[in-house]
This record gives sequence, structure tokens and C-alpha cells, in this order.
Amino acid sequence: MVELTLPKKSRLTPGKTWPKPVGATNLREYHIYRWSPDDDKNPTVDIYFVDMDDCGPMVLDGLLWIKDNIDATLTLRRSCREGICGSCAMNIDGNNTLACTKGVEEVGGVVKVYPLPHMKVVKDLVADMTNFYAQHEAIQPWLQTKSPEPQKEWLQSHEDREELDGLYECILCACCSTSCPSYWWNSDRYLGPAALLQSYRWLADSRDEATGERLDDLEDPFRLYRCHTIMNCTQDCPKGLNPAKAIANIKKLMVERKI
Amino acid sequence: MRTPLSKVRGLGSAKDGTEHYRLMGLTSLANVPLTLFFIWQVVSLYGQSYEMVVERLSQPLVAVVMALVMVSAIFHMKLGMQTIIEDYIHGENRKLMLLIANTFFSVFVGALSLFAVLKLGLAG
Repeated sequence: MVELTLPKKSRLTPGKTWPKPVGATNLREYHIYRWSPDDDKNPTVDIYFVDMDDCGPMVLDGLLWIKDNIDATLTLRRSCREGICGSCAMNIDGNNTLACTKGVEEVGGVVKVYPLPHMKVVKDLVADMTNFYAQHEAIQPWLQTKSPEPQKEWLQSHEDREELDGLYECILCACCSTSCPSYWWNSDRYLGPAALLQSYRWLADSRDEATGERLDDLEDPFRLYRCHTIMNCTQDCPKGLNPAKAIANIKKLMVERKI
Repeated sequence: MRTPLSKVRGLGSAKDGTEHYRLMGLTSLANVPLTLFFIWQVVSLYGQSYEMVVERLSQPLVAVVMALVMVSAIFHMKLGMQTIIEDYIHGENRKLMLLIANTFFSVFVGALSLFAVLKLGLAG
């Protein structure tokens, strides 16, 4: 049954309010989810104050400022700090997005930062991505061909290449999948918008010769058809992609090969 | 101790689901005119005598379309409820029981509705 309440050990409790930086006048309040596997405590929401005069404009800048100046134990993933690696995906102000491309100015009032929803937490803002990556692997995201290898590259027309626009840009940050209620309830069997968008990226590739096999693998009440066009995926994608449309196109192909 | 990929691949694809999806769309489409027809009939027969209802439903076209309303709407209901059960019920045994109950209930309600239409339609 769907869990409408959190398990006992996952319920939030009030956390520590960290002291305001001395002498700072331009403060922003951050509420940040904290949980450590090293003790037996429930997760908490800690309150921090960031000196905006000493800090960059993005939410990630604020988090790193806290880590550098207030609390070095705050744990998060980040790498490129420019929206191309997908590491710093988290739930900010109620929406999944990348901390590095989300401006603090875009958030009204308190900046609330939680890990990606409905994922197992490794520590603080770090979610366990094992299942998510395995789903990506399961859709076999590589070119599959039966024809003999050409001397040079597999050719593709400009028009066919354009079919991949809006698909290949996915950075696998998991904002879409973890915003999807269907994925929350059935992520063990539903592949989720990210993996399905990637699957469509190969279905739409004119050079790929495994379209039938790919569709066979997806034809399943859970793998594909748990998508009920809720559209959270498209709303939350920090790269502006449209996974819901990609999934709709897969369903269209499924029907097309039957009629 | 199973690998993450083994868990995701699970029992493999059921090679099923498109028919459910297609029928859901088809019955949705059919339900638009059928439901409007149904509402029109119910509203126009509101407060009328039993004899009037029998007279209306003995018209072949009305009786047949009414029967189609029942078939399409109940089929749609069955498919929709199946989706809800698959979405939200996670224990395999409980899920199976509810899916069976859903089918039995839908067939039963459908049979009752069709019988009612036939009874009224053939009474005139």
C-alpha cells in the first residue's frame, strides 16, 4: 500500500538553529534537511543564516558557504557548478532542481532544501541513485545495429539528427523521475521519465536498428504504462526537456505497430 | 544479494499494456457522446411515469445506445480501477485479490445494467 505517512525513523524532527554570522546585515535563512547514517537519530531540519554579501547568487553557493563557514559536516554532491553534471539535484523551495542553476533570488522567504523526494538518503542531501542508474542501464542506452559496420561512421541526415534535439541533452540528474508520483509508488518496476526519455532518444535515432526489441522490452504495464501524464517531469526538468512528450511518443509507437 | 540491474530487469517485460492503454483511450472517446446521450435521456425522462420510460426504451435505437453506454462506461470503469489498484496496492496477494474482485464486480454490474435495459426495452 502507498505510504501516506513517513516510516517512524524517517519522520522529521526540529533541528539545530545555527548562530547568525557576526556583523552580517544581508542574511538569508536556509532550512536544510539533515540525516546521518552514523547515529540512530531521526532526520532534522537545521536552520542556517547565510551572509549574502559574502556569497554567490545561487543556492549551491549558499550551501557551500554554509559548509565553508558554519558547518563542515553538511553533505551534498556537486561538481560542475554550471548545470551540466547533474550532481547537485535536490528539492529546493518545493521543486526538484539543480542547486547550481537555481538563484536564491528566485526563492521567496526561507530557502528550504531537501534531498530528492522518495529516494533513500545516503546522508543529508545525498540520495542513493543505485536503482536510478540501473534503470538507465536497463534501457541499453547505446547504438544497436545489425548491418555490417560501415568503413567510417554511421551516416545520419540533418533532419534525422534534429529528431534527437530535446532528448540527448538529458544529464541524468533525476529531478524528473523523483518528482513523479508514479515513480514514488512503483520505482521498483516503473522505469521513470528519465530512463524512458533516454529510451526514446534511441528509438528516435535513425541509425539504430533495435527499435522493435526496444519496444518489446518496454511493453509492460509497469515499465512504461505507469506514466499517467502527470507532467511533473516536464515541469521540473532543469534543462527544459519534455520527458512526458517522449513517453507519449513511445506509447504512440506501441499503438502504431499494432494497427 | 541481487545486482541492481537484475532487480530492475525483474521478470522481464510482460509484453502487455498497450491493449489496456488503447482500450482506455477508445472507451474515453466513446464515452463522450454516449454519456451526453445518457444524460439527455435521464433528464428528459425525469419525473415521467414508468410507462413513459418503457415506451422510450422500447425504441430500438434508444435501447441499443443505452446498452452501449453501459458496456463502454463499465469497461472504462474496470480499466481505470485496475490502474488504480496496480498503482497503489503493493502486496502481490492483496493486489491479485483486488484485481479479481474488480473484474467480478464490473462483470456483475454490467450484466445487471444490460438486463435492466433489455427488460425495459422488451417490456413495451
